[in-house]
Amino acid sequence: MSPTDIIAALQQQFGAKIKSSKTDTLDPFVVVDPADLPAVCEFLRDDPRLAFDMLANVSGVDYLEPDPKKVAKAGFEPHMEVVYHLQSFAHTHRFTVKVMLPRWKADRAGDLPEVPSVADVWRVANWHEREVYDLCGVMFTSHPDLRRILLSEDWVGHPLRKDYEFPLEYHGIRGR
Amino acid sequence: MGWLEGRFEEGVVTTSLEQAINWARQSSLWPMTFGLACCAIEMMATGASRYDIDRFGAGAFRATPRQADLMIVAGTVNYKMASRVRRLYNQMPDPKFVIAMGACTCGGGPYYKYGYNVVKGVDLVVPVDVYVPGCPPRPEALLEGLMRIQDKVRGMKDLTKDQPIDMPIPARTGFVELPPEIDTPDKANQWAIDTKEKAKPVKA
Repeated sequence: MSPTDIIAALQQQFGAKIKSSKTDTLDPFVVVDPADLPAVCEFLRDDPRLAFDMLANVSGVDYLEPDPKKVAKAGFEPHMEVVYHLQSFAHTHRFTVKVMLPRWKADRAGDLPEVPSVADVWRVANWHEREVYDLCGVMFTSHPDLRRILLSEDWVGHPLRKDYEFPLEYHGIRGR
Repeated sequence: MGWLEGRFEEGVVTTSLEQAINWARQSSLWPMTFGLACCAIEMMATGASRYDIDRFGAGAFRATPRQADLMIVAGTVNYKMASRVRRLYNQMPDPKFVIAMGACTCGGGPYYKYGYNVVKGVDLVVPVDVYVPGCPPRPEALLEGLMRIQDKVRGMKDLTKDQPIDMPIPARTGFVELPPEIDTPDKANQWAIDTKEKAKPVKA
């Protein structure tokens, strides 16, 4: 199926739950609310026309311009995205699903934004989501085992956030 | 050895016990098998037949720190690894030596500014004897570093004095004999200008 057909099928199934879509990019995508994500993902996997049996990638993106001089030209409001790249072996087509999040839950700095986990839809999401949690600081609710995967367990902060501050020392070893 | 030299029959060598020990020690520095990143590939090349670290008696890579004298820290040390590096160093028997191999271990290297997880130089974790810069260093450079370690061992005074090792670093300055056409700075300059002229594309 072409991306347009996939988006049409999703809109037919979910209607207004599909917030927006874009087809004139390299990776056509739809945007859904975090609450609707598991239902959409399950549909994408189980519908025989779509049959997205592989989750190729989950990535977190931090949209924040740390330089106050460049904020006006940045062209986006500060927010975070979680991007799901899907692929189908049966039909050899690809598709992308995005979830928009605030940078902090309820704008309280330090409270991580929340997304429902899709680890029970695609098992591979388990580790991918742990990585996004580790580096970008996105809390995946109902994840079976949400621990840091790359950094050590007592690490403070999420390094790929744009406002991350480097540690001055770690276990007696000077940083910076 | 001064007045003792040559006083005995043929084939008898006189030396001091300390020098003999140092000679034995410098000729059998056993490194630890310890590669962390891409520099380890270069370290393996140094150990292989073309460069052959065995010529210096340092080819017996030991798989345990308890049998090793030399730790070649080859590759990026990140914070998670740093505690392990320190523990391995503590497990090595004295006297022990550390070569920091590559830019990352010398001072963070390419990860100096934005590497949130990289230790900015392994000398923040363990004491380093010889720094071998490069990204990664050529096997020749690692061999040069090994020879510097051997210089340090040769200067050790275990018996007559306690540690420390008071050998100045570098004990041996590398001297390269230049070909006669560039052996003075002026000649070298002229040679560089000439080569640059020669390398210019000919306009048709």
